Amino acid sequence: MKESKTSLVARREFLNKLGRAAACAGAAVGIAAVGVAREVAAKGESASGAGSFPTADYDWTKHRWGFGVDATKCIGCLRCVEACKRENAVPGDAHHFRTWVERYVYLEGEDRPRIDSQHDPLNIQASGSEREYRFANQYKDAKVEKAFFVPKLCNHCTHPACVQVCPTGATYRTEDGVVLIDHKYCIGCQYCVQACPYGARFFNYEKQVSDKCTWCYHRITKGLLPACVEVCPVGARIFGDLEDKRSPISQFVRNNRVRVLKPETGNAPNVFYLGLDKDVI
Amino acid sequence: MEPLFHIATHSGTVYPNETVIPWTVLIVVYPYITGLVAGAFTVSSMYHVFGMQRFKPVAKFALLTALCFMIFVPTPLLLHLGHPERALNAVLTPHWTSAMAAFGYFAGFYVILLVLEVWFMFRPYFVRQAQQRSGMVGTFYRALSLDSYDLSDRAMSYDDKWIFALAVIGIPGAHGLHGYVGFLFGSLKAREWWSSDLMPVVFLFSAVISGVALLIVLYVLSCRLRKVAVDLACLKGLAYVLWGFMMFTLVLEGLEFANIVYKAREGIETIMEYVKGPLVVPFFIVQFAIGAVTPIIVISYMIWRGTTGKALIAGVTVSAVLVLISVMMMRWNVVIGGQEISKTGQGLLNYQMLIFHREGLLTAAAVVGAPLVLLALLVRLLPPWGEDATPAPST
Repeated sequence: MKESKTSLVARREFLNKLGRAAACAGAAVGIAAVGVAREVAAKGESASGAGSFPTADYDWTKHRWGFGVDATKCIGCLRCVEACKRENAVPGDAHHFRTWVERYVYLEGEDRPRIDSQHDPLNIQASGSEREYRFANQYKDAKVEKAFFVPKLCNHCTHPACVQVCPTGATYRTEDGVVLIDHKYCIGCQYCVQACPYGARFFNYEKQVSDKCTWCYHRITKGLLPACVEVCPVGARIFGDLEDKRSPISQFVRNNRVRVLKPETGNAPNVFYLGLDKDVI
Repeated sequence: MEPLFHIATHSGTVYPNETVIPWTVLIVVYPYITGLVAGAFTVSSMYHVFGMQRFKPVAKFALLTALCFMIFVPTPLLLHLGHPERALNAVLTPHWTSAMAAFGYFAGFYVILLVLEVWFMFRPYFVRQAQQRSGMVGTFYRALSLDSYDLSDRAMSYDDKWIFALAVIGIPGAHGLHGYVGFLFGSLKAREWWSSDLMPVVFLFSAVISGVALLIVLYVLSCRLRKVAVDLACLKGLAYVLWGFMMFTLVLEGLEFANIVYKAREGIETIMEYVKGPLVVPFFIVQFAIGAVTPIIVISYMIWRGTTGKALIAGVTVSAVLVLISVMMMRWNVVIGGQEISKTGQGLLNYQMLIFHREGLLTAAAVVGAPLVLLALLVRLLPPWGEDATPAPST
């Protein structure tokens, strides 16, 4: 009987300790919750600290990159798409793109545009390969009222929904305003792929992680232009530093009435468009 | 060699990257089994917290069911991840703005809670077995008893306090866990089909009905296997619970659907095209007509006519099976449905479920079946039927 009492007392003590530990943990969670609520409300802010950039000759606190698209200039040659695929080793098929171009064609007597992109089977057929891209000439005999191209890419949003939902912090927004993914840390849950309203993210089956446009971060931090901007023959893609008032992007934003895609999402995109139509998706 | 990715066919306009569907049937199974946990725990709590005596025959069994399913909740997620070996990154460096970051903590907390509650509940059994049996089995139960052999009234009432407390904490725990799963989907503004304030509540109520339905089926089945009579009062009680929660579920789902249609935001034409086309069979026929309306009619009829005996058992069991199918289809229609409607609002995709694949039908079936195998094993080690059942809380 005595022994049983002792074990009861011991157990009670243990459980009391456990209870106290749980109470402490509860309090800690409560305090943490306040901080979390503030963080969550602030949406996905930079997970990186200032001054932590690995290269000595680049200071990411001194730049704020921005991207412009002049849809009135794009001719749909798709050199940007091919350049991006090669520069960034994007899987060479018609289902994984860091950038793409949409074609909008309004035919006579139709209310809504016909929209296609280089991944459409008809366009793949026209190029003859999933690694090369062409827009098929299917409207050559049709009565076209209006037609234009819209290049698309990651919008590197100020409040990126993809960063907000990433459970590990593998995707983050840099000090210079670029949304990147740490391919060595990403667990491949694809929640970010779901969260992006623009369809800019995809799952890289070769690396088994999420993937998307980086504005060629490896190039821009060395003073080069993103590959797609570099190869565009008509200057439809504009890139530069918004901190620098004389940069092409600052002038583009200042001299034009630009807009962004899906502003209602609250993501505050940083790709600025000129010449969009109401039907652009 | 199997292809590295699978292309969804599409109609209308979709973004190029959307042609590979990110979340597969495994992510359909994940909320399904989480829901079963929440539902089974609810039944267990009805007895252990609220002292509803008629649920006594299934109270312990319900808890074991919840534990078995909870253990397998992370499996579909791990099978889905591109890098499952990095899964702990989300726990080690949780990115708190993500709804998903807390999953590891929620799930871990809940497994511990279930294990503790099961341990307290079966402690008298462990002790008796440890004292009576020898050899391997005896050692096993001695290990489980954690060298605590005190079964005095004082000790037992002390244990009961813990069982009660754990069961009380478990209610918000189980329901929070599942409401949270609903929030994972409902909080995504990129998808109109998911982005709904009602989503967590719809998930929660459908979770409760699926768990109750599962218990009905397993309880009736176990009575058959054990060759004992089904406790009709208990079964009828479960049928009442099922009926009541189904009403809530149906109303909530109706409201959610009505909201999408009535608000008719951008892309509604495509959503309506989806609803009137690909959704007719999985939603209107299977989930709604067969899985929800039929069981409600059957159970209502039996309550009205005072059906009893074998007819009651058959009717309630069939209804429960239909509810299980209905809830599975609800998960499918949410998870897959949301991804089949393009973010362009102008196109539809068509997810092709694979059979033999890491994320195929067979894997999903195995994930749902595995907890049942574990449960079959566990009820032999920890029999939930005998008179060892803990007394209802004294009120």
